[in-house]
Amino acid sequence: MNIRLITSISISLLKARLKQTMVAAFGVTFSITMFIGLLSFMAGLNELLDNLILSRTPHIRLYNEVLPSKIQPINMGTEFSNSYNFIQNIKPKADILSIKNSQAIINYLRKDVDVIGVAPKLVVPIFYNLGNISLTGVINGIDVDAENKLFAFRDYTTTGTTEKLKNTPNSIILGIGVAKKMLVQLNDNIQITSITGNQYPLKVVGFFQSGMEELDKVQSFTSLATTQKLLNKPNSYITDIQLKLYDINKAPNIAKNYKKLFATEAIDIQTANAQFETGSSVRTLISYAVGITLLIVAGFGIYNILNMMIYEKMDSIAILKATGFSGKDVKTVFILIALTIGILGGLLGLLFGFGLSAIISTIPFSTASLPKVKTYPVSNNPMFYVTGAIFSLITTYMAGYFPSKKASKIDPVDIIRGK
Amino acid sequence: METKKIIEAQNICKSFYEPTEIKVLNEVNLTINNGEFVSIIGKSGCGKSTLLYILSTMDTSYTGNLSIDGVSMKDKKDAELALVRNEKIGFVFQFHYLLNEFNNINNVMLPGLKLNKKNKAEVEHDASEKMKILGIQNEALKMPNQLSSGQKQRVAIARALINSPLIIMGDEPTGNLDKKNSDIVFATFKELAEVYNQSLLIVTHDNDFAKNTHRIIEMEDGRIKV
Repeated sequence: MNIRLITSISISLLKARLKQTMVAAFGVTFSITMFIGLLSFMAGLNELLDNLILSRTPHIRLYNEVLPSKIQPINMGTEFSNSYNFIQNIKPKADILSIKNSQAIINYLRKDVDVIGVAPKLVVPIFYNLGNISLTGVINGIDVDAENKLFAFRDYTTTGTTEKLKNTPNSIILGIGVAKKMLVQLNDNIQITSITGNQYPLKVVGFFQSGMEELDKVQSFTSLATTQKLLNKPNSYITDIQLKLYDINKAPNIAKNYKKLFATEAIDIQTANAQFETGSSVRTLISYAVGITLLIVAGFGIYNILNMMIYEKMDSIAILKATGFSGKDVKTVFILIALTIGILGGLLGLLFGFGLSAIISTIPFSTASLPKVKTYPVSNNPMFYVTGAIFSLITTYMAGYFPSKKASKIDPVDIIRGK
Repeated sequence: METKKIIEAQNICKSFYEPTEIKVLNEVNLTINNGEFVSIIGKSGCGKSTLLYILSTMDTSYTGNLSIDGVSMKDKKDAELALVRNEKIGFVFQFHYLLNEFNNINNVMLPGLKLNKKNKAEVEHDASEKMKILGIQNEALKMPNQLSSGQKQRVAIARALINSPLIIMGDEPTGNLDKKNSDIVFATFKELAEVYNQSLLIVTHDNDFAKNTHRIIEMEDGRIKV
């Protein structure tokens, strides 16, 4: 097949119907623009919402639950191994929440190739003292550097700096909700009481806003050492080891392994936050459905223009066939027309789509719960552009295929004799 | 000069089934030799055009055997028949069927480019040669709609000639033209036949036209009148 000749015929036919061609191409442009804009915006929102929780959630968390020991001393004795043992009133041990041999575990995990980083944490319930009122709360003793690196702790510290928390002994970053209740200013001193009854003064060096109000009303952060001091515990005393992995999908399996290896509880991010995954995927599905619907509508536009063109160019098709062009050649002519419309319209659409998402990303958007977000979130994932391009090609090809097939089946004798 | 059979048709039969069965062609036998200028005449509805379209390979629903240049056309596929038409047959219809999107010389070149045996420059050269023969070399760069109907028909003849076909087939090529233009077209055919030894098979209902051809085939009710 002489593709250059076929192409030149296609182009001539296109030029003869330039206006309709442009309208059809604009249909594709519009739908691709909306497709890209919609997906970028939706994905941006998804990422925002996911980050709200997921970026601050460890991929795997090792911890101990307050549970009575599963193996009681009597089970270890060999002389009773063939007997049933009944023990009543079992109580958990007081120090059971701490992870045993934590330093060794942390060192081991730091060497693991799957692990990006390890952040030890000590979570303790406390009371904030406000005159004669006590507010319940939680203090997280954290490794400031690790939290900054793995969980963007810095981003959510709206006032003050995380460095101060690291460098000032007995300092605290208060949840913004707690701070409002207590009417505390930066650099004020507050009193807290641990559950064991020790009173402790702490200096406020910052405020923390997670975006989840309930959380901000209870939780505060101190350095690991400060919390350990508060509890009169040694510096190996921690309750959680948080991990981030390179590949989030490996989390469930790795969690299972660690659970056995370290004899602690281990929970992976998928189990802990199943509902977020569902929400994201449903939103993505909806945007794809809308985008593809738009494209199909554009496809009908192309189908129409081609049908009209073929109807008008019946004579030309007949003479092409009479002078030796095969049905396949004729089909190629019209498929090329469809693809030209699709490619031109699609490319423009990708360009406009990029513009649209750029415009969306400058629209102001502020919400109290998301201190870091000033404009609408947009995700410029190259995959959307690839998908848009592929879909526009597929729909225009399909829209071109049926009219082209019809054109290829035209019987020149019918047309010529019909005159 | 040795005579070569260009077209040989044996026992060609064809029926239309809509609305009722009508036998249009009934055992038609026909041979056309190289260099012959043949006309087919007959009353309208006698099957002369139907026969032409069968001989041209465009109509494939018939029984009997058709050979072009010694090769049987039975059992050939659509694309193969298209190639035969492209290479061996030139067409002139009642209507010119020029593509309005192309200028005249490009219209003439189209079948030559499709054949793809010569490069574009050679085809263009051939096209202007053929147009010179037909006296329309000055119209080469104009668009078809800028020409008179006689000129258009001559462009169509040039297009039929571009691949130096074995035979030119015409379906009432002068049917749409006034007397003056008909005469020009007829003179062109005559010149092609006599000077260039081009075989021609022309369907016409113009007896004056037919009288001046080498051989007249008269048809009546689906048969060739002997």
